[in-house]
Amino acid sequence: MKRKRVMAAVAVASALAVGLTACGGGGGSSSNNTAGGASGFNAGADKVVNPSDAKGGVIKMANSGDWDSLDPGDTYYAYSWNFVRLYGRSLVTFQSAPGAEGAKLVPDLAESLGKPSDDSKTWTYKLRSGVKFEDGKTVTSKDVKYAVERSLDKTVFPNGPTYFNDYLDLGDYKTPYSDPTPDKLGLKAIETPDDSTIVFHLKTAFSGFDYFAMLPSTIPVEQAKDTGSKYKEHVVSTGPYMFKENNLGKNFTLVRNPQWDQKTDPVRKALPDEYDVSLNVNADDIDNRLLSGDLDVDIAGSGVQAAAQGKILSDQAKKANADDPTVARLWYTSINGDVAPLDNVHCRKAVEYAADKTGYLAAYGGQTGGQVATNMMPPIIPGAESFNTYETPNNAGDPAKAKQELQACGKADGFETNISYRAERPKEKAAAEALQQSLSKAGIKLTIKPFPTGDYYKLYAGKPDYAKSNNLGLMINGWGADWPDGFGFLSQIVDSRVIRASGGNTNLSVKDPAVDALIDKALTTTDTSAREKVWVDVDKKVMDDAYTLPGLWSKGLLYRPPHLTNVFVSNGYQMYDYLALGVKK
Amino acid sequence: MFAYLIRRLLGAIVMLFIVSIAVFLIFFLLPRIGGATADDLASRYVGKTADAAQIHLMAQKLGFTDPLYVQYGRFLAGIFAGADYSTGPTTVHCPAPCLGYSFITQNPVLPDLLDRFPVTLSLAVGGAIVWLSFGVSAGVVSALRKGSLFDRTAMGIALAGVSLPIFFTGLLALNIFSYNLGWFPAGGSYTNFTDNPALWAYDLILPWVTLAFLNAAAYARLTRAGMLETMGEDFIRTARAKGLPERTVVVRHGLRAALTPITTIFGLDIGILLGSSILTEHTYSLNGLGAYALQAITSNDLPKVLGVTILAATFVIVANLVVDILYVVIDPRVRI
Repeated sequence: MKRKRVMAAVAVASALAVGLTACGGGGGSSSNNTAGGASGFNAGADKVVNPSDAKGGVIKMANSGDWDSLDPGDTYYAYSWNFVRLYGRSLVTFQSAPGAEGAKLVPDLAESLGKPSDDSKTWTYKLRSGVKFEDGKTVTSKDVKYAVERSLDKTVFPNGPTYFNDYLDLGDYKTPYSDPTPDKLGLKAIETPDDSTIVFHLKTAFSGFDYFAMLPSTIPVEQAKDTGSKYKEHVVSTGPYMFKENNLGKNFTLVRNPQWDQKTDPVRKALPDEYDVSLNVNADDIDNRLLSGDLDVDIAGSGVQAAAQGKILSDQAKKANADDPTVARLWYTSINGDVAPLDNVHCRKAVEYAADKTGYLAAYGGQTGGQVATNMMPPIIPGAESFNTYETPNNAGDPAKAKQELQACGKADGFETNISYRAERPKEKAAAEALQQSLSKAGIKLTIKPFPTGDYYKLYAGKPDYAKSNNLGLMINGWGADWPDGFGFLSQIVDSRVIRASGGNTNLSVKDPAVDALIDKALTTTDTSAREKVWVDVDKKVMDDAYTLPGLWSKGLLYRPPHLTNVFVSNGYQMYDYLALGVKK
Repeated sequence: MFAYLIRRLLGAIVMLFIVSIAVFLIFFLLPRIGGATADDLASRYVGKTADAAQIHLMAQKLGFTDPLYVQYGRFLAGIFAGADYSTGPTTVHCPAPCLGYSFITQNPVLPDLLDRFPVTLSLAVGGAIVWLSFGVSAGVVSALRKGSLFDRTAMGIALAGVSLPIFFTGLLALNIFSYNLGWFPAGGSYTNFTDNPALWAYDLILPWVTLAFLNAAAYARLTRAGMLETMGEDFIRTARAKGLPERTVVVRHGLRAALTPITTIFGLDIGILLGSSILTEHTYSLNGLGAYALQAITSNDLPKVLGVTILAATFVIVANLVVDILYVVIDPRVRI
């Protein structure tokens, strides 16, 4: 009996400890935004919170994972593209401004946006004068050309995007590392007629080339300082900060670059004196430190974990320091036209009508996790339109309409198929289960098939012959825009020509020549608003084809400690703009 | 004694060789048996928009297109003679013993492992001292005062310690003692012992206590059980009958005999902990071997996984060797 009492005491102590955790974590935080400007929940989504031009202090950032690479020519993470601008200047960048203004391109290393030829196949940029590397050498157009050339070598720099590989008129050119020309600048697709001019020659017209000029691979690299795959250990800065210390996989520190001149740079504020970045930090610990004020920024910018989400949303003071912006990310399901009977558009439409999207949304955390998506392009993409081709009451599915489509498809009694998802992602599992439940009401029977996340695109769902032979009729999918415009969001997920038989595809289902033709039309339309309308047409055609079932446009709950100044979400990166941040000392 | 040592050393080397082959086969042969091609393996190490030609070039660069025995031969050659790796414009030499070259970080594996070893060593040694001191002491006192309030409280806490996982107790400790009370530094704090020993200890107190809380519990229960059994033995009665002081009876006769199984488990625990204290390091954001192993696994970086597995196996084997030698000291019967 006594033993039981001791055990009970231990249990009570443990329960109290759990309770303390639930209550704790917020001791140091406060909602008193005294610096003026916007404040309150979601204030940072389209306004500047705590506006300030005060310089000094140290911004402490942490990352629950690690960079793919700190080398500007070898990185493909959104937070990395946002952050790299602190130590590198690409030809063009996103304006440092809140909300939609932050998705506008402005010249950075270049004097102005690109000047296209009439056929949009040749793009010319003039460089600003007076921009220097941290070692004092003046940046020339040859340094930009060399940077792009080296980024083409995907055996040395495997991580970065392949837009320059795909669009430049490369001929036989592979890499500067095997370039026989003495200056290693043998690529004919890029010309540097003088030290301040760079000309890009494309093999096909591309009206949105300024987005390519925004890529970190246009950040100049001194050939003499290039150490290939080791360059990430010490990137030679052209931005306001340079590496003081870099312990790969652990932490690094950026300090002011004495060679950076504010007069050459209308984009950056460069407020703090230093950035301290810790890597591979426990994700829950990052949230706790943010809430206690010990940390300034969760650098991944994808939102706090579920535990912290509860703490923030249930506490008005903390909630006032949080933002929940919609991001250019869509969680959706690909409907595979290679798998019968989904090769019949009416069977695909039956899936569209039968799906309960409120269940889909609930699988991803409900209203905090996003909003129901009725079409492909997220609303924050400039020019995007929201429309609903397959309207159902309260987005909860309409089995009666689904059955009509099944009748038209010749499958009045329904059909059976498989639905795949990434095994390590519980939200995708929940989404598959929600679809299984709602589609069964129309007679469509789904068998759920999990696959390992790491190989999902390369070996399973993203490999067309595997998906077909394994009857993967539906495939849970997700996509975030490389940049917020029609091409950046749609090209990799709806253009049938990007589908490779070898696997690794993100377009798992959309194969329509009419869609491809519309994409080509968008690529040659130079007028921005006209081009945006074409991308909406692409979106509508994809929905008419019923190759995709949009689930939700994603959101991420971001927390900004009260002592952080000049905080706002830029639609360019859909997270806090890292160029603008300052900190109260 | 010398022959015994040589025999054990040779056994350890053979065991390491077998481990290296087994791990190599698991990561490089099993996927092939499952139908993966060289390009499939390489596709994990290219960007998301790489085409077939780029994937194939990467497969060639990483050596996946070579027969398996050539790949293993290259791995062994690296251990004994070192190896060279291209960075693009230059070549990096990975000196012997070269445990491979990471596909992801583009760094030789061994220097990374050695760089992270002090963190794990600090964690393991400090934690071990705490849990051994508290665990064994609590176990001895509990055994001697069986049924007392101390015994029941200590065993109750021990039960909680064994039951609560480190990622829970660790985050709880950080929350209370670091973020609310401010007594200890935040997660991720680590100072090199050689830079500032006092700060080193201060930074690691919470991880040590957390680790000790889990392990001390098991040691307390084991010691208690061992002592209860030993103290009932005839030789203890004989020692007491000889008129030896109780302290000598308990420490020199009772505890020494009860320590033999503890030593075995302690050796294994230390070996395993040195190789992979994944949970503690992840919870406290310490960049030691455990965190390295976790990153290697999540990024599918096979050379890193291979390197960290071989190092972890080495620790376990060496720890066992040390335990075997300690047996000779602790328990004279082994020498017979």
